[in-house]
Amino acid sequence: MQSELFAYRKAPELASGQTGRYRVVVVGAGPVGLCIAIDLAQHGVDVLLVDEDDRASEGSRAICFSKRTLEILDRLGCGERAVRKGVVWNLGKVFLRDRLLYQFNLLPEAGHKRPAFINLQQYHLEQFLVERLLETRRVDLRWRNRVTALTAYADIVALTIQTPDGHYSVECDYLIAADGSRSPIRSMLGLEATGQVFRDRFLIADVKMEADFPIERWFWFDPPFHPNQSVLLHRQADNVWRIDFQLGWDADPEVERQPERVIPRIRAMLGETRPFTLEWVSVYTFRCQRMERFRHGRVFFLGDAAHQVSPFGARGANSGIQDADNLAWKLALVLEGVASDRLLDSYDAERVPAADENILNSTRSTDFITPKSKVSRTFRDAALQLAGTYPFARGLVNSGRLSVPHSYRESPLNSRDRDSFGGHLSPGAPALDVPLTGRDGPAWLIDQLGTRFVAVYYAGSHRAIPDALIEGLRSEPVAVEPVVVGGVDWSATGVPAEIPAFVDTHGLFAQRYDATPGAIYLFRPDQHLAARWRTLDLNAARSAVAHAACLRETAAAI
Amino acid sequence: MTARLATESRLTAPDDFYEALIDAHRGLTEDQSQLLNARLILLLSNHIGDLDVLREALAAARMGIKEPT
Repeated sequence: MQSELFAYRKAPELASGQTGRYRVVVVGAGPVGLCIAIDLAQHGVDVLLVDEDDRASEGSRAICFSKRTLEILDRLGCGERAVRKGVVWNLGKVFLRDRLLYQFNLLPEAGHKRPAFINLQQYHLEQFLVERLLETRRVDLRWRNRVTALTAYADIVALTIQTPDGHYSVECDYLIAADGSRSPIRSMLGLEATGQVFRDRFLIADVKMEADFPIERWFWFDPPFHPNQSVLLHRQADNVWRIDFQLGWDADPEVERQPERVIPRIRAMLGETRPFTLEWVSVYTFRCQRMERFRHGRVFFLGDAAHQVSPFGARGANSGIQDADNLAWKLALVLEGVASDRLLDSYDAERVPAADENILNSTRSTDFITPKSKVSRTFRDAALQLAGTYPFARGLVNSGRLSVPHSYRESPLNSRDRDSFGGHLSPGAPALDVPLTGRDGPAWLIDQLGTRFVAVYYAGSHRAIPDALIEGLRSEPVAVEPVVVGGVDWSATGVPAEIPAFVDTHGLFAQRYDATPGAIYLFRPDQHLAARWRTLDLNAARSAVAHAACLRETAAAI
Repeated sequence: MTARLATESRLTAPDDFYEALIDAHRGLTEDQSQLLNARLILLLSNHIGDLDVLREALAAARMGIKEPT
């Protein structure tokens, strides 16, 4: 099964001798490359996806997938598989030595389809994504195809691709580099990522064992079994547990990854009698860095190729998948000819600040876990000691601030609020999920959004919706699908059956969106809020769509 | 209107406070004293609460201290 999914096949260009012509080429079939290829395929764009390897990731690597990532995976058709295979968790515990300092719940609020996090080995996610990708029948996936040369012209990107059977040439409209932290594409273009390297080493081990520890993230500062350093324990699927041991900068990575060094560390932690097997070991250092810009003409950098963070906070793969989520619909609209090239610039405008937010959080966590100076260490120890007694100090303890999606508050695609709205939500924010009741039973708001523009109309207790909502927005050059939410049973009203209509069963839509009857919320294809109004104004709605999609003048005039 | 760091004299008994501060460190090693200071700063910072005031205090404390060249 697995081998078939990752099987090398001879590229057709090698037989024909012709230069392949593609609209989009994606380099790198990790989670990020796979996600954007699926997303583009769902938008009707054909994609060539190449990867120099022919297998899923070795070892668990990225394991924590956030609620927002699961919502994106739902939109891409693999959220359910990921959640079913993965381990759901919301609770984290922080220990100092052998004592529990405090615990935190990452999703204290009910009424969301997806949990705060699941833990799932990267190789499982990659397999699900490959299977989903093949279902779309729009992605030509080529393993052991390595890009060896690249020339970016004004109108195309030309590539040379090396395979076990020789090399061939390809041209594409757009190139997507999701080729990892050492991105060969980045080097070929003479670009670099700059930032900070942290002088610390961590041992990461996947351990298979039967254990009845609760499904929680456990983080120790200075535990008795590994004095003066930190340790992280986290459960994954298939009874595999992730253990991270902080080693310090002076540790020798070659020596530390030897089983005879690793096994005693694990025994000290788990006890001498608990049987386990070692599945994977790695010793790593990390850096926080990013490229200055993620768009370079017709080449886009995503995920680790564009930006890197420390692992504390689960902000690597999650932010990469959000890069893909951000870019796919934009590229599709530009390739369709309705959106102007400016829409692609907004990838930088939105994802560079997102990367900065992740780097900031990650750097802060790292400075707490790996203090860089004696005084920094003293403050760290002081905060940890106080946290045992005083609740205020728990807010200072930083074992990783876990990934939350970036809100594109300052995005050029937002329409500024004309009406006033309460709450934390603002244009640019990702949708807040809400449990609803549809004509066929329970439903989630998040599942009604995405892949196209959606206008959610809140009817309150009114039993009818304005005709303009349906006629007016569907005739846009970029179609906007109406969705109705309100307090009545829509099956008993005159709202046409083809318009999705829901009851706000728990009143949570009204609450989370500060909705009043007649309010309307415009969501982008990536489920982020673009604009909102207290009353339907067709002209304002049309111009918000044109603005969020950077519609070309000619297209907007039709 | 942002809150301002109070720099006029507010201590009811300055000499008593100063003595108590020095006494708190009595018998401690250099490292223990550093730890005590750090804990004290965190406790007092939380008591003050306002980040603008704290930033002002940090700047005032740093003023005139030059990095070695």
